[in-house]
Amino acid sequence: MSNNITLKRGLDIPISGEAAQKIKKAVVPDVVAVKPTDFRGLLPKLLVKEGDSVLAGTPVLADKLSPGIVFSSPVSGTVQAVVRGEKRKLLEIRIKADETQKYVDFGIQKVKDLTADQIKEALMKSGLWPALVQRPYGVLANPDIRPKAIFVSAFSTAPLAADIDYALRDEFDNIQTAVNALAKLTDGGIHVSFNSVNYNGTPFHKLENVIQHTFTGKHPAGNVGIQIHHISPIRKGETVWTVSPLMLAAIGKLFNTGKYDMTRRIAVTGPKAVDPCYVTALPGMAMADIKEFYDNSARDIRFISGDVLTGTNVGEDGFLGFYDSQVTLIKEGREHEMLGWAKPFRSNLFSASRTYFSWLTPNRRYDMDTNLHGGVRAFLMNDVYGKVLPMDIFPVYLTKACIAGDIDKMEKYGIYEVLEEDLALCEYVCPSKIDIQAIISDGISLMMKEME
Amino acid sequence: MNGLRKLTDKIKPAFEKGGKLGFLHSTFDAFETFLFVPDTVTKRGAHVRDSVDLKRILIIVVLALVPAMLFGMWNVGYQHSNAFGLGWGFWQMFWYGLVKVIPLYLVSYIVGLGIEFISAQIKGHEVSEGYLVSGMLIPLIVPVDVPLWMLAIAVAFAVILGKEVFGGTGMNIWNPALLCRAFLFFSYPSKMSGDTVWTGGLSRYLTEGTAYATDGNGLVDAFSGATPLAHPSIEGLQQAGTSFMDLFIGTVPGSVGETSVIAILIGAIILIWTGVASWKIMLSSVVGGLAMGYLGYACGVTDLPGYYQLVLGGFAFGTVFMATDPVTSAQTETGKWIYGFLVGALTVTVRLFNPGYVEGMMLAILLMNTFAPLIDYYVIEGSIKRREKKVKVA
Repeated sequence: MSNNITLKRGLDIPISGEAAQKIKKAVVPDVVAVKPTDFRGLLPKLLVKEGDSVLAGTPVLADKLSPGIVFSSPVSGTVQAVVRGEKRKLLEIRIKADETQKYVDFGIQKVKDLTADQIKEALMKSGLWPALVQRPYGVLANPDIRPKAIFVSAFSTAPLAADIDYALRDEFDNIQTAVNALAKLTDGGIHVSFNSVNYNGTPFHKLENVIQHTFTGKHPAGNVGIQIHHISPIRKGETVWTVSPLMLAAIGKLFNTGKYDMTRRIAVTGPKAVDPCYVTALPGMAMADIKEFYDNSARDIRFISGDVLTGTNVGEDGFLGFYDSQVTLIKEGREHEMLGWAKPFRSNLFSASRTYFSWLTPNRRYDMDTNLHGGVRAFLMNDVYGKVLPMDIFPVYLTKACIAGDIDKMEKYGIYEVLEEDLALCEYVCPSKIDIQAIISDGISLMMKEME
Repeated sequence: MNGLRKLTDKIKPAFEKGGKLGFLHSTFDAFETFLFVPDTVTKRGAHVRDSVDLKRILIIVVLALVPAMLFGMWNVGYQHSNAFGLGWGFWQMFWYGLVKVIPLYLVSYIVGLGIEFISAQIKGHEVSEGYLVSGMLIPLIVPVDVPLWMLAIAVAFAVILGKEVFGGTGMNIWNPALLCRAFLFFSYPSKMSGDTVWTGGLSRYLTEGTAYATDGNGLVDAFSGATPLAHPSIEGLQQAGTSFMDLFIGTVPGSVGETSVIAILIGAIILIWTGVASWKIMLSSVVGGLAMGYLGYACGVTDLPGYYQLVLGGFAFGTVFMATDPVTSAQTETGKWIYGFLVGALTVTVRLFNPGYVEGMMLAILLMNTFAPLIDYYVIEGSIKRREKKVKVA
């Protein structure tokens, strides 16, 4: 590839519990949940009530601001409960699945013959429109605009992430269909980024109707935000959409089979996962459905939907997120460690800095836990963040602008180009233990409020 | 170990909000987190975090200062022995230095940490460990004979007005340790400069006529007591019997920890290897010092070749330990090059052109601390403009 982009800065977190490439079981859904909290800024409108029966593909939620965007049930069954939190915020719609799955028939359609509007309509009606994420801000895509371009990252560098080549091995045709469909929604083309190391090894380099890029580097080289920054940075007023290969497969299935079929291979990973490998399941899968992967008798496991940097802590009774194809199980690190910071060697802990000796064992994997490893302080070190962020922005200045709520500065320092996930590594290495992702998240919320 | 943990857990409730000793919460917390890494887990954002924290980073800086401190202690005894012709052995010298330097440390830490604890208590914050390093630095950059009460006032000034009023560690504009030294320098110049302050025991000898309790040894005839910076010329150094190697090893009078370039270099290697301090600042400061030094040499302002400037006075110490303070130095990578270069160049400029004030390091760093945000501002503006142009072309 001629236009390979090499990223020198970054960090692969050496956490143990990588999923072996085998399928342990196909999870037969019992109770699944649709969670409006998976979508940033969504004001949900409930379309069903307890006791209603739904099919796989029946809308259960809609966006209040844009009622055409709906969210569908991944299973056929009965609405069991509508779970609300503080201030009656809608958290989950739990659906008890039937024994045999019935799908809403959206009809098999030939993408070639469809117009952009027909494609949009098909996606919106089926509940697959939320697969498209709009930047800046990482919100649901606005159906009324034509984005500058659509970006796809065909590899993941996140810790223990599901291997896309393996997880989507049988989905090539569906993904090609989806690419052809989405290509009609933009004039800038579909940009797909590959890992240069594995370019020839991945089947997806044969995708047609796309603009290809390759990247070399450690995490976060696989983050689509980093890739956009290097391919075509987002300027003020511009909008791009991103979509994951996983969602492309679902979109392709919609056109090829007429079904809202969200079945995916999910990597169950992490130091606390017993025999980490893959399962076939649906988004909204309950953690209880993968019981054989953990022993939580000590109540010390954190259940993360997603990876350890950006995932959501859903708890033992929680459910897999809409976009996620990974569950990470790690230990809650609620232990006091005597004089830990002063010990010359803490050989069971990893540090990206050389203040410990983990650089001597570069191939070792660590059983990481959730301990913060220190107290929260003001920003002190200023050069550790740039080393893990392969973007031409100043992360500390951006974070401080977000803390100060200074819109002008946030804009100047690049708030349009980042999402929380892009700065997750900055948060990981921060010796002051500052919650950078939460700060960026607040900053993005403020931008959305002020710039409307 | 477990017993201590149990005890801590037992007395902890008393220090929590509403507890009997709740007003001492920050203090308790400081001791608890000193003894034990807290059991807090990540709540928002990344679920796992790096094992490095500020305590670890600062303890590395303290460790890097140990060679300079140990050498300084020995050198205090060595200078004293030389001045009074005592002919001491190694351990006698070291012991004398230890006895002279330990009180400086006690004052520095008791006053400084005391204020840190009190202000954390008032603000209800956790006690920040930033002063561990400042407290380690301060005794190394003052003359060994500085009266302890002066040091106490200076430390209080530096911590309160240099740090706490800005919001504590991480928010300050100037390096607190240097601020402490600057306070001493301008408030009590007679104790901070001249030929008599650099040798341990000399002040007492001059006022009380006795320098060492055991005998009445007088000063040796050849004694000068001046630091090499007082006569910065080849001839001056020769007359004082100071060679380049003496300056490099550090067997000359001066502030406690600043004399030995070797000990400082060991510290520099630790700091650079662990990535705790910026090698860019160190390198550019050295380059700046050399450039100015050789410029002065070429123009005939001094007959000392440029490299002498690096081993004289506090240049090495300031470059390695003071200019690299991550809070008060430039934050951007390009800014660090500019900042470091100007620190080095300004130091030597002051030395060459101001005979009344020979040590430029302190004020050069404080001045550049002041300008570091400005440097960063222009670096960032420049970077943003360049990117805009690039994007427009693309």
